[in-house]
Amino acid sequence: MSDVSFVRTDMLPEQDPPGSEVGAIGWLRHNLFSSWINGIVTLLSIYAIYFVLAGILPWVFQSVWNSGSLTECREIMTATWGQTHGHACWGVINERWLQLLFGFYPKELYGRPILSLVLLLVAITPILFNMISRRMNWFLLVLAFFVTAVLMDASVFVWILRAGFAGATLVIGYQLVTLSGADRAEQIAQGAKRLPNPLMFTAIYPFLMPWLMWGGTIWPAICTAFGFVIGYLVLRFGKAYMSELLTMIVAVAAAVIWWLVLSGYVSSGLSSVLPIGIEAVQSRQFGGFMLAILLGVVAIGCSLPIGVVLALGRQSDLVVVKFLCVGFIEFIRGVPLITLLFVASLLLNIFLPPGTNFDIILRVMIMMTFFSAAYMAEVIRGGLAALPRGQYEGADSLGLDYWQAQRLIIMPQALKVSIPGIVSTFIGIFKDTTLVSIIGLFDVIGLTQAIRADTSWNGIYWELFAFIAFLFFIVCFSMSRYSMYLERKLQTGHS
Amino acid sequence: MTLLTDPPKESFRLSMLLYDTRYRSATIQAIAMIAFMLLAAWLINNAITNLNNLGKPMSFGFLTDTAGYDINQRLLDYDSQDSHLRAALIGLLNTLVVAVLGCITATIIGVFVGVMRLSNNWLIARIMTVYVETFRNVPVLLWIILAMAILIETLPMPRAFKGDTPTATMDLFNTVAVTNRGVYIPEPLFSRSLGDIHFLGDMALRFDVSMDLIAFLIVLGLSIFGMRKVTARANVIQEETGDRPKTWHVLLGLLFGPSIVLMIALGFHLGYPELKGFNFRGGIHMRNSLIALWLALSLYTAAFIAEIVRAGILAISAGQSEAASALGLRPNRTMRLVILPQALRVIIPPMISNYLNLTKNSSLAIAVGYMDITGTLGGITMNQTGRELEGVMLLMVVYLAISLSISGVMNWYNNSVKLVER
Repeated sequence: MSDVSFVRTDMLPEQDPPGSEVGAIGWLRHNLFSSWINGIVTLLSIYAIYFVLAGILPWVFQSVWNSGSLTECREIMTATWGQTHGHACWGVINERWLQLLFGFYPKELYGRPILSLVLLLVAITPILFNMISRRMNWFLLVLAFFVTAVLMDASVFVWILRAGFAGATLVIGYQLVTLSGADRAEQIAQGAKRLPNPLMFTAIYPFLMPWLMWGGTIWPAICTAFGFVIGYLVLRFGKAYMSELLTMIVAVAAAVIWWLVLSGYVSSGLSSVLPIGIEAVQSRQFGGFMLAILLGVVAIGCSLPIGVVLALGRQSDLVVVKFLCVGFIEFIRGVPLITLLFVASLLLNIFLPPGTNFDIILRVMIMMTFFSAAYMAEVIRGGLAALPRGQYEGADSLGLDYWQAQRLIIMPQALKVSIPGIVSTFIGIFKDTTLVSIIGLFDVIGLTQAIRADTSWNGIYWELFAFIAFLFFIVCFSMSRYSMYLERKLQTGHS
Repeated sequence: MTLLTDPPKESFRLSMLLYDTRYRSATIQAIAMIAFMLLAAWLINNAITNLNNLGKPMSFGFLTDTAGYDINQRLLDYDSQDSHLRAALIGLLNTLVVAVLGCITATIIGVFVGVMRLSNNWLIARIMTVYVETFRNVPVLLWIILAMAILIETLPMPRAFKGDTPTATMDLFNTVAVTNRGVYIPEPLFSRSLGDIHFLGDMALRFDVSMDLIAFLIVLGLSIFGMRKVTARANVIQEETGDRPKTWHVLLGLLFGPSIVLMIALGFHLGYPELKGFNFRGGIHMRNSLIALWLALSLYTAAFIAEIVRAGILAISAGQSEAASALGLRPNRTMRLVILPQALRVIIPPMISNYLNLTKNSSLAIAVGYMDITGTLGGITMNQTGRELEGVMLLMVVYLAISLSISGVMNWYNNSVKLVER
């Protein structure tokens, strides 16, 4: 009787999971209706979403795109839908979007800010995405120049430019298409010449950008850059004659003397002899979203190095240096940006030698840079504090001096830890550029008032605000996503 | 034979200031100090020269001059004959009002949204994400102006409440009137009031203190003291016998009882807003500028607070709540005794800086015409007197004082909840 088995001896075939647990239904059960309360909350949220969308979607899409004034818009709305309520009049955006983007910048020169922006993107790609190859970067750069040359008014000079950039674009592009990255790496390993580092262009960009934006002769930009060249040359060749420290001092002194004393004469002299340049644009013509980007980029770009120095100063053992840095940081962080902008617009000239009167945008840039540098310093200090003591001690035991330790050991790690904070400071600064409308600059919010002052658009609000919010959202949201990407990429932990 | 001698005593040479690490730091500090002094001297010298050239050497005398402008939203009495100093004080109070209101609502909304973003309901979590991303990524100035435009453009005019068939009606059982000139809410009145005490006579900083409020606060303080006594006694009994006496009804009675008795004794009643002519009279009038600023600042800051709260909760490892369940703690006790105390440590420091940001952002009131300190001292006063330097300096000092005191208080609180490590 041993063949009666009470235990199953053969395996049952695998069954599919119950239909209510997988697929769309399973997902709904798990995520939306896991309990009674959840179900009710879900239904309420669906109603809320419906309520909001039912208000917004018809407003956005049942709208008037072609009209020259608000009255005309309303007439079209009444004719089409029988009422003016609940329909957007995008006519204002259609008519004024260029103004909202560029302010009162001369229409025929719009190419210059656009080129500045494109070159900015090209200049920061090697910093932002280090997986992009040098070839790709140079390709983008020459392509940008080629397109610019094509868009320029034709002259013999321009034709030479076009031909040159077209040739360069074709050569690098052809190589990019035909030669894979691995093959190229092979070639380089066998001793082929590499393309120069694209960071070269990034170093040129800060001098190129103001010239493109403000125009005028090219000499001031070149002379400013030449100061750095002088400093570099002294550093490079001075060591043979002097001690290292003395070389450093002489280099800085030479550059400062050049900037403060000589460069003004040299650049004005050269400008009168050889007036190579483009049409000048006045600062008061700057405005719109372009101004926000300009202020944001300058403040962000300058504040990072200043912030690093301030953070190091705050951590320093030198009491006086520490005291000065703490004072600066806490003062700037304790007052609202608007008071600093008041300083820029009303007071900065009072603190400078009598008769000095420099550009309002430059003044605002200086104050915004100070402002963001103080916040940046705090973020970086957080990163420095997060490093374990052992890193400092390890650097000391390797015999590195202070600056070597900072450059090779401390800063790379501290900056990595503080990336989220740095990016959120960037976003904050970029949003805060709108405050310049309060001191009378025509940034994008200031322009809404200018547009409403026009009789044909008197009384238009929502469309302008929606457009501005959209612009800022796109830029800020992509910055925050980029910081998430960077955090993931730089993650060296095990999680 | 060699004799071991001391190394020759090195005499001090000038180059040691640079090359000897013992002296180099002193050199650097001395240079930094001198450079700073020179810079400061240069700036101040320039300022003095420039101001003399302009014919207005620095003086704060303008503060006692007649202001000559009106402030419509205010906590203390003020008229246009008062001095600029009084106007600045009214502005300062307005700043504090919107900052305090904003911090409270921003915290409530922010904590709610932050917790809801972690909800296991997919839809709720998504909605909250959309909220946070929308508000975080658009400038606060735009939100403030937008809120103001919404209030002015979409709300009914007081006139709409008039007539036999009004197009608008008052909300909340006819007690609150929401109009495009502001919101009218009921005001607390006392028929047997204890009166006010007036301080500082006729001076610019004079103020009144309502005795009713003082009495109420004293009674409330006593109630809370009593409640703590009762709780302490309950704890003692629990320690001794293991049974905790029921205390909630006693606590509730202690909290509300004395206050209600006091209210009745003082003859507490509400004064409702009423339509008189073309406008509302009575009640407390909260102007649109205040509401718009409050609303925009709280919604904007709430988005940041939500992220902080979420990060704080996520920072507590799952092991903590598992350990709490293993100890047999119920979910709400786990939250109260295990998760929250640890999460608060992560949450509070960034929360402080967000409160500070809100307070500083309240200076954007100038964009909607709310008369805070930037609007009075940094706005009209500065324009009328032409005292930019003095005005901006005072403004900065005031904001610095506010910021430093908020961060001082919050740091004190932070230290009291901080984990004590070795």
